[in-house]
Amino acid sequence: MTNDRPKTIIEKIWEEHLVRAHEGEPDLLYIDLHLVHEVTSAQAFESLRMNDRKVRRPELTLATVDHNVPTIDRTLPNPDPLSAQQIEVLRENCKEFGVPLWDIFDLRQGIVHIISPEHGLTQPGMTIVCGDSHTSTHGAFGALAFGIGTSEVEHVLATQTLPQAPIKTMSVEVTGTLGRGVTPKDVVLAVIRKIGVDGGIGHVIEYRGQVFRDMSMEGRMTVCNMTIEGGARAGLVAPDETTFAYLKGRDMAPQGEDWDKAVAYWKSLTTDEGATFDTYVELKGEDIEPHVTWGTTPAQSVGISQAVPKPEDAGTEWAQETAERSLKYMDLQAGVPIQRISIDRVFLGSCTNGRIEDLRAAAAIVKGHTVASTVKAMVVPGSGLVKQQAEAEGLDVVFKDAGFEWREPGCSMCLGMNPDILLPGERCASTSNRNFEGRQGAGGRTHLVSPEMAAAAAIAGHFVDVRDIK
Amino acid sequence: MRQISTVTGQAIPLNRADVDTDQIIPKQFLKRIERSGFGEFAFFDWRKDPDFITNDPRYKGAPIMLAQQNFGCGSSREHAVWAIEDMGVTAIIAPSFGDIFRTNCSKVGLVTVELPHDDVNYLMSRMEELPSTQIVVDVASQTVSVAGTDWKRQFSIDPFVKYRLLNGLDDVGLTMQHTDLIGEFESHRSALKPNTSNAFANTVKTP
Repeated sequence: MTNDRPKTIIEKIWEEHLVRAHEGEPDLLYIDLHLVHEVTSAQAFESLRMNDRKVRRPELTLATVDHNVPTIDRTLPNPDPLSAQQIEVLRENCKEFGVPLWDIFDLRQGIVHIISPEHGLTQPGMTIVCGDSHTSTHGAFGALAFGIGTSEVEHVLATQTLPQAPIKTMSVEVTGTLGRGVTPKDVVLAVIRKIGVDGGIGHVIEYRGQVFRDMSMEGRMTVCNMTIEGGARAGLVAPDETTFAYLKGRDMAPQGEDWDKAVAYWKSLTTDEGATFDTYVELKGEDIEPHVTWGTTPAQSVGISQAVPKPEDAGTEWAQETAERSLKYMDLQAGVPIQRISIDRVFLGSCTNGRIEDLRAAAAIVKGHTVASTVKAMVVPGSGLVKQQAEAEGLDVVFKDAGFEWREPGCSMCLGMNPDILLPGERCASTSNRNFEGRQGAGGRTHLVSPEMAAAAAIAGHFVDVRDIK
Repeated sequence: MRQISTVTGQAIPLNRADVDTDQIIPKQFLKRIERSGFGEFAFFDWRKDPDFITNDPRYKGAPIMLAQQNFGCGSSREHAVWAIEDMGVTAIIAPSFGDIFRTNCSKVGLVTVELPHDDVNYLMSRMEELPSTQIVVDVASQTVSVAGTDWKRQFSIDPFVKYRLLNGLDDVGLTMQHTDLIGEFESHRSALKPNTSNAFANTVKTP
């Protein structure tokens, strides 16, 4: 590998973290930040204990509780003794191994992928891992960030490194501009629809093009977050002035002279002119409309002006079979216009769309309206700070006046590990990331949409085109 | 990690694509803090259908699973691998796997074999028609064959994963042999990188 050839940002970050390279073995990469939560860490800590190993760098580690926590009154005992135990085990492990924990009554508690960026802890050029597939979120800052399993969690705790087999690179370029009412969520759903749920296997994606340049940090996080739904473990956006402006002044970002030095380094993190990717994908921003998923994979989506597609129109034999299974599970008929699908529940939140900008966008649609009598709707802020900010802006009042429930921060109904679940057969407009069978509750039916589309559906009781509002 | 050289026996023909880890092990079972005992919850919702393939007594105890593309996509939960392992499965054959799931398998000690669609389809039909068929996955020679026939296919595998499987080596232990290199890297690591030392202090209580 020569050092003067043009490189992608992905290759640059990889090489800067190379601890050891050896023929026939995976590269050993240094990990700058390890985020930990209650669900995927207990067995890793237990294994450290059994092997008499320590956490090598507790100060490059941060833990919080998010998956299991109730989103109602937390002064009450956790209604689920197994959840309570898992949270207690994390507390004990953090204490024993010296890992900082933002616990349930800490204002900074929240979804792991929301809290790190909002404190400026997620920065360009870092390697970041967490035992959670949506770690790709942090790629929005130009970091190489990916989800890992519990064995790898243990590996990082013990060594602060991770062996990584070679990856391929993918350029996903979205050119032009987005139309009114079209959001980052719609962009990423369109990308996944194009590449398929397995299109990104073995790749790290760089999101390129004007649409991402014009996007806010919150929007970039939404896009990078769902990278895994297209099969790629990590996706990133090269840092720019938008990134620096977001980070400046946040409590864990560099301060004073360090800030200027850091920005100078961050500016080097771009893909060089002439660097090549293994795979190229291109979309036009103007072609993307607000999206709604109709099936049980995140690639099964259509524009809001469309109808549920016919399985026979799916490309391959496999896509047809999968579409038929999905329609049966979703209890939908091919050919039905998306706007005629009625919903029972609305979930606004998650690491995909639980940030302040998402709540503002949804509140702007909700303001002055009432949730349909047939719909039960809830807002779950992504963190304690998001909740505090929203309340300072009066967004909680907008939501509550309209009939939404206003909850405490956590993963909540994105995966339903806590009491927030769909009942069998219930249909939900959800701002989360997965519409898998039973994801939000056994027998529940999930349609993935943007915060604006979820808010509009809550009021109408069925899907509507946000572009028709106002 | 356990040592694996060959896996011989029947295969469960799970003829579905994009099987996500939420299906393999639903969320309600992720609250357990143990590493074993997940097998009885594997495919929990799908198994409620008496016709679901893992309920078919003809494949009981099969050490191999056959599936279609993108097997194990979605959530990073290693519990999915523990559940399949606990069912008694040691090798999975599919046209492709979710990246995180495949890595998790390599850490736990399950062999993931990628074969082209046509070959997977052949094995799938064969197992459906002749459930007693014995398939042999040989890690050393990187081959899959059908016992008693000439059918044999080569598969590729990461050379280091192969080495670890054949020798039963856990890679935390292997990496710890390079502690000096890690220390050296840390000695010239940029001081500008953030740390969480101040995350302990100033615990902020919710109002």
